[in-house]
Amino acid sequence: MNITQMSCPMPQLDFEVITLGHGSGGILTNKLLESGVFDLLKNPLLDQKHDGAIFRLDGQLAFSTDSYVISPIFFPNSNIGELAINGTVNDLSMCGAIPKYLSLSFIIEEGLTMKEFWEILVAIKFTAEKAGVQIVTGDTKVVERGKGDKIFINTSGIGVIHPKANINIKNVKTGDKIIISGHIATHGIAIMSVREGLEFETSIESDTQHLNFVIKELLDEFGNNIHLLRDPTRGGVATVLNEIARDAKLGCDIIQSQIPVLEEVEGACELLGLDPLYVANEGVFMAIVAAEVADNILKKLKSIPNFEHSACIGEVVAEHPKQVVLKSKIGGKRVVNMLVGEQLPRIC
Amino acid sequence: MKFISEYRNPEVVEQYINEIHKITTQNWTIMEVCGGQTHSLVKNGILNILPSKITMVHGPGCPVCVTPLNLIDKAVYLALNKGVIMCTFGDMIRVPGSEKSLLEAKAFGADVRILYSPLEAVKIAQENPDKQVVFFAVGFETTAPANALSVLHAKRLGLNNYSILASHVLVPPAIEAVMNDDTARIQGFLAAGHVCTIMGISDYQPIVEKYQIPIVVTGFEPVDLLHGILMVVKQLENGEKKLENQYSRVVKPEGNPEAIKVINEVFETQDREWRGIGTIPMSGWEVKSTLTEFDANKKFAINIAKAPECAECIAGLVLKGIKKPYECSQFGKNCTPEKPLGAPMVSSEGACAAYFHYANVEAV
Repeated sequence: MNITQMSCPMPQLDFEVITLGHGSGGILTNKLLESGVFDLLKNPLLDQKHDGAIFRLDGQLAFSTDSYVISPIFFPNSNIGELAINGTVNDLSMCGAIPKYLSLSFIIEEGLTMKEFWEILVAIKFTAEKAGVQIVTGDTKVVERGKGDKIFINTSGIGVIHPKANINIKNVKTGDKIIISGHIATHGIAIMSVREGLEFETSIESDTQHLNFVIKELLDEFGNNIHLLRDPTRGGVATVLNEIARDAKLGCDIIQSQIPVLEEVEGACELLGLDPLYVANEGVFMAIVAAEVADNILKKLKSIPNFEHSACIGEVVAEHPKQVVLKSKIGGKRVVNMLVGEQLPRIC
Repeated sequence: MKFISEYRNPEVVEQYINEIHKITTQNWTIMEVCGGQTHSLVKNGILNILPSKITMVHGPGCPVCVTPLNLIDKAVYLALNKGVIMCTFGDMIRVPGSEKSLLEAKAFGADVRILYSPLEAVKIAQENPDKQVVFFAVGFETTAPANALSVLHAKRLGLNNYSILASHVLVPPAIEAVMNDDTARIQGFLAAGHVCTIMGISDYQPIVEKYQIPIVVTGFEPVDLLHGILMVVKQLENGEKKLENQYSRVVKPEGNPEAIKVINEVFETQDREWRGIGTIPMSGWEVKSTLTEFDANKKFAINIAKAPECAECIAGLVLKGIKKPYECSQFGKNCTPEKPLGAPMVSSEGACAAYFHYANVEAV
């Protein structure tokens, strides 16, 4: 069951719409939070209702933060709430960490309905539960109408580094294989399909999912043979590969025919004039792994539900340092550059 | 993906490549007119698998690139100073004006919206009766029917807050301009398939005869392009000068009569300034004088002095096929998609952007 099918009854409230007062810190703020936010997300640390959460964690830690400003806030198969949890969980996972605790902050534009807010909260609750993380501190602010875009969410998270993990760009070396964990560009195109002025009918749904369990399984088994993990969100696969090539001072060769893209996503990209390599992903990760274990990692990944379409898309090479080169389906070669600004729809 | 994958089939590509290699005995210079074709050639790495005897020269078929600087300044002015909702295709938004691009104008508070269809702009006009809505109608013959339709639609709805800032250019006069330029020694053309889908192919026969040059109407996928190149080379090797249609699955000889009718209802042919190239006689479409209320150029009294072009930018030479993008001293240095000096560096059909983004490894 996906997150949009889950529900919790909304409490009876004497307001339907969130107003400036709900961010004042006074009675209305309390009303909003006590109305169900705390109940919905409850856990012993949050229940302290203190200025911050106080806890103990042992081992090496990872700390990450991200803000979510997506428009529209509801999109096929998911919403901004799920994204905000998965996003930070995944960023921690890419550090080789087991995500533990999250903070959660809202900047709400006056006028957001309580029903919409509730739906987002429910998604947050279930996503956090599924990912096995706790929301232990948070904040809510309300801004005037026109000063925001319905709702912005920031989450930060802390995780404990997996004992076998050694994720570092310095470990990337010539001959390493580049593995992608699933179809690319699906999330970005799902968002496009519901964006104002561009609505088109499609069954494409966002692929957002938490990646922490699969990463833990891989680290358990393959440990420091996994040299680098990245989730190609904004800027897509091409941008992340360029960052890797730049920082490792090595080249990346990728083979277009090996890159998994759903047929309908590829079709939508053709029509919209977008290159799937630059379109955002939310439930996909890239792993740069030692060549000798690449096949086993791929075999393992393919046996895990939701990762059946993972593929080895290329390798790290000594030639053309700091450049990503794609072998096209018809056998030509071209450079894949970093994305400049936003990808823009074209004239014809 | 059906209807596309077969035109990207590696085996078919290889067959065409082999055949081109087999029949090519002399040096030939061929121009692909359309920027979409340029991008496909570079993006798919076709340029480095063609015989070295064949030189592909990239043509002026990038509507964004040839839109006059002054018109971009007008669009920016309307959006920033007249409070209009400026609607545009995505390509136009980063093209540098003399002071600002539309994207920069947006950051300064202008209401600039990227649309896929001009009919969306009419919808925006309906929803914002107290605002003037302008669609920046840029394009070759391909986009003209939709732009014309938006005017007819707005007229039908009785809207008085919708107009278009038209910059419509035509392919056949541009081919003639290239042929009349002594420095460009083109021996054969790949004509732009999608333009011919609208207009048909009859306009090209007189050019074939006048200049004694092969023209092959060609599509955009790798197989199409290689097939088109093969057809041109075959003619050149055999000393033939014919008009041929490679893209017959899409292009009917008569074009699309319905679309042509709509165009004729809204536009009339006039002399037109092409950025970087100059004025080409009877090479553009303007909104008819009977429809001035839908012509943003006439509706708003915009008088903006013509700003000088950037002195270092050689866009004109690139557009005429005289220089390759990488022969420009600014290419990739002072001129990049983030900070472009000229339009070909930002348009999705611009030759400079194609080389910057995709240039094959050997060329960089």
